[in-house]
Amino acid sequence: MTAHDPSLPPQIEGWFSSRGWSIHPHQRDMLALSDQPCQLLIAPTGGGKTMAGFLPTLAELADGAHKGLHTLYISPLKALAADIKRNLTSPIEEMGLPIRVEDRTGDTPASRKKRQRADPPHILLTTPESLALLTSYEDAHRTFEGLQRVIVDEIHALSESKRGDQLMLALSRLSTLAPNLRRVGLSATVEDPQAVARILAKNPDPCAILQADPGPDPDIRMLTTEAPPPWSGGGGKYAMQAVLDQVKAHNTTLIFHNTRAQAEIFFHHLWLANEDQIPIGIHHGALSREQREKVEDAMIAGQLKAIVCTGSLDLGIDWGDVDLVIQVGAPKNVKRLVQRIGRANHRYNAPSKALIVPANRFEVIECVAALQAVREHTLDGDTDHTGPLDVLCQHILIRACAGPFTADELYAEVRTAGAYADLPRDTFDRCLDFAATGGYALRAYDKWQRLIEKDGVYTLRDPRGTQRVRMNIGTIVDADKMAVRLQKARGGKPLGEVEEYFASTLRKGDTFLIGGQVVRYEGMREMNVEVSKTPYQKPKIATFMGTKFATSTQLSDRILTMFRQDDWPELPQHTRDWLHLQRKVSKLPERDRLLVETFPHDGREHLCAYGFAGRNAQQTLGLLLTQRMEEQGLNPMGFVTTDYATLIWGLDQVSDIPPLFSRENLLATMESWLADNAVMKRTFKGSAIIAGLVDRAMPGAKRKTGRQATFSTDILYDTLRKYDPGHIMLDITRQEAMRGLVDFGRIEQMLDRIGDRIDHAPLTRVTPLAAPLFLEPGRIPIQGLANERLLDDEAERLMTTAGLEFGPRVPS
Amino acid sequence: MNGLPFSFHDAALIARPSGALFWPAERTLVVSDLHFGKVERMARRGGPMLPPYELTETLDRLLADIAETDPRIVICLGDSFDDLAAARATGDAVTERLAPAMAGRRWIWIEGNHDPGPVGLGGEHLAEVTLANLTFRHIAEDTETAEISGHYHPKARVILRGRAITRRCLLVDANRMILPAYGTYTGGLFCHQPELAGLMRPDATAILLGARPVALPMPR
Repeated sequence: MTAHDPSLPPQIEGWFSSRGWSIHPHQRDMLALSDQPCQLLIAPTGGGKTMAGFLPTLAELADGAHKGLHTLYISPLKALAADIKRNLTSPIEEMGLPIRVEDRTGDTPASRKKRQRADPPHILLTTPESLALLTSYEDAHRTFEGLQRVIVDEIHALSESKRGDQLMLALSRLSTLAPNLRRVGLSATVEDPQAVARILAKNPDPCAILQADPGPDPDIRMLTTEAPPPWSGGGGKYAMQAVLDQVKAHNTTLIFHNTRAQAEIFFHHLWLANEDQIPIGIHHGALSREQREKVEDAMIAGQLKAIVCTGSLDLGIDWGDVDLVIQVGAPKNVKRLVQRIGRANHRYNAPSKALIVPANRFEVIECVAALQAVREHTLDGDTDHTGPLDVLCQHILIRACAGPFTADELYAEVRTAGAYADLPRDTFDRCLDFAATGGYALRAYDKWQRLIEKDGVYTLRDPRGTQRVRMNIGTIVDADKMAVRLQKARGGKPLGEVEEYFASTLRKGDTFLIGGQVVRYEGMREMNVEVSKTPYQKPKIATFMGTKFATSTQLSDRILTMFRQDDWPELPQHTRDWLHLQRKVSKLPERDRLLVETFPHDGREHLCAYGFAGRNAQQTLGLLLTQRMEEQGLNPMGFVTTDYATLIWGLDQVSDIPPLFSRENLLATMESWLADNAVMKRTFKGSAIIAGLVDRAMPGAKRKTGRQATFSTDILYDTLRKYDPGHIMLDITRQEAMRGLVDFGRIEQMLDRIGDRIDHAPLTRVTPLAAPLFLEPGRIPIQGLANERLLDDEAERLMTTAGLEFGPRVPS
Repeated sequence: MNGLPFSFHDAALIARPSGALFWPAERTLVVSDLHFGKVERMARRGGPMLPPYELTETLDRLLADIAETDPRIVICLGDSFDDLAAARATGDAVTERLAPAMAGRRWIWIEGNHDPGPVGLGGEHLAEVTLANLTFRHIAEDTETAEISGHYHPKARVILRGRAITRRCLLVDANRMILPAYGTYTGGLFCHQPELAGLMRPDATAILLGARPVALPMPR
């Protein structure tokens, strides 16, 4: 690496010294290496990370010679871009530098956006989606021709997501438009900086990795309460008083939950227990923007003692004087825990203080394992990330909007994005064909194909098509949501939103929680869920389906390693006794073996497999095993899963366990099961939207209630399977499902780990470790023709109730 | 025969799992809203390029219904083609497959709002038709009784133990009947929406399609 003279222009040096500040060592290092094609800075929050990223830009722009766009700053959050603009503008003004800074997000007025393309500022702050949109314009080459640097903030949050993949594809485009472009990544602590660097750098450029002083270790402990946590559940209700006491003892506390539903329930109970009327707010992604902004403003103004929140606050801005973070429920993932805690505390060189509240007995073990990992600085590793093809399909369309291109050029350009470096040419060609013609075996659209190829050059057939491509830009596909409003003559106050599926299960009079209050469902009006306030304190039904994170491989491994110990002095006595008892009556699961217990209970046979593969994989395992058992006539009746085990019950005892877990059998069942599965249909829908097979439903756009209403993508999936089983969208769906909700990768990891070492423990009664599974919600019944039978029963009941007669009333 | 038998204005009818209506006494098969060429029209307008198999799939089902019921009369209740250009573009493919089935049968194309003119496929082109005491037209008329129409693509949702099941459905009350859309790529209008809820009498029944069609009080 060549280090050039890191001296700064006098205005900047003067600004630092006039404040008595010295430049951090990592800021100097960034400056010294600023001519490198790629730099990755790993620094804790509050370490002047953003300034480290921008200092070289300020230095290069200080003489006022550069015309046009110099530096592009990209953050995953709109709010962060606005915040950075404020934090950057004042030093620039104080230094008297001739630099123009502007932001550009979905909220920027159209007139300013247009002006920014013709006359870009020196520094433009934006998001991955807004950048993708910018690259789709025909004048993109003019906008970006002088671009020198691109700064990707919070790259750790982007590097494992489709938003990150889209961003890196956009950067591959920028590197063609501005060949001297240098890339800078700013990251929180990650386990494998090399992996992030590989994603960030233009392949095969090298990337310099700089590590700032990580600061003091966080002070994280488990919150111990007099009463032991319950055997199952996720609410942490038992710890309510202890949490309130902590809130009182600190200035400002953030109380994180893993799911929105848990946050809602916890907030509700906290409020009931809050006899001193301590000001506490709630914040999560399903609340209306008005609600969230109100809480954020109150927080910044220092009016709140605590906020109950979810990941929506993870990437938050400066939350002021937060001196305690409480994590309710096991953190599932050590990296997220550390980043969450680090972010909350913005005082550099002051240790962050955090408490973890295990929600149930097993989570006590998980929390202790996570705390060990934090102390030993071992974070969860990143799995190898290969670029998803639906995002590539969208990128091809975006590229086509900007003007004609050849397949060879675009293929070469795409492969400069790290995640797509190994993309095979034939896969690229299939994606291109999909974007151009639909890629169907039946060539039906020759006249109407989207891209026309002539002499190797691809052009958009209908220039008006750009509009549609631009409207569909983005890789976040939310479940269909419906707004929840208080019932009023002219449409009442918005409270938040619920998934359409959830709304569809509501009946008038049902009560549920939203925004910390219990509301009563009144009806549906113009795609709004209308509710009224209710005096009831106990909501009838849960609020959100929501995703649940699976416990990471690393954390699962740690727990299995702990199980090897003779004793567990680090655990509370109740949990310690529990493990000893399990060892006495059965055995504890081991890392390189699979423990399968069978026992009768309540008149049914049970099978409990301790796979430790994480919630999603254990669920898939449950589906596969029960299907297999069904085929063998073992009459499975249902199952339930946690992050560490799957419990199956049924009529018959399973005697021959090992064949159930053979890789061949599981894979074969997988193939037949996958195809016709709701998970696949849901995954198909997401990928179909990203790849541009169907249009994204515009949020807020009033849906037509007429006959032209869009039809379900399930029909498209079924049609493709029937008539075009080799279609690329089916391949994409399979890939995405395997690494997403199905998580077959974790099942394979488990199979690798256990080999043929399966221990069958036939027992006469429920074991201590299996017992909590009986209390676990989310039991999945096995149903073959169950739906049809349910429907028949319901029909008969309703027709009778309604006094309706139906059927053959043929006059004689 | 497969399907749910019921009576309407003294006619014994059968709601078939496919969404077709069969009238054994008149040996008449009725299907509505085939929307042939919908995919072609979307692509032509620069919209998404959907899997182009809707024509094949819809025709497969229609020919299977014809083979099983052997009707004397087939009535396509309007919106058989997604628009007139789609009729021109897909007409040949449709004719090729339908011609053998049309031979020897009375085939009636009712005009719909999507395909108001004749589409040149043979058969009769009518605004509406009355057989025995029943009148067939595309869009229901306010004052009419003994009327069978399509147009609205009705579907219904029922909630069974927390699980929502959505199906296309046939709506029927003492005055009128509204058939579900037969075409493969056709969206639906929930029968609890005002357009349909207002059209049907309070005691209307919905027949949900499925392997075995099921009759329920129309969900509102």
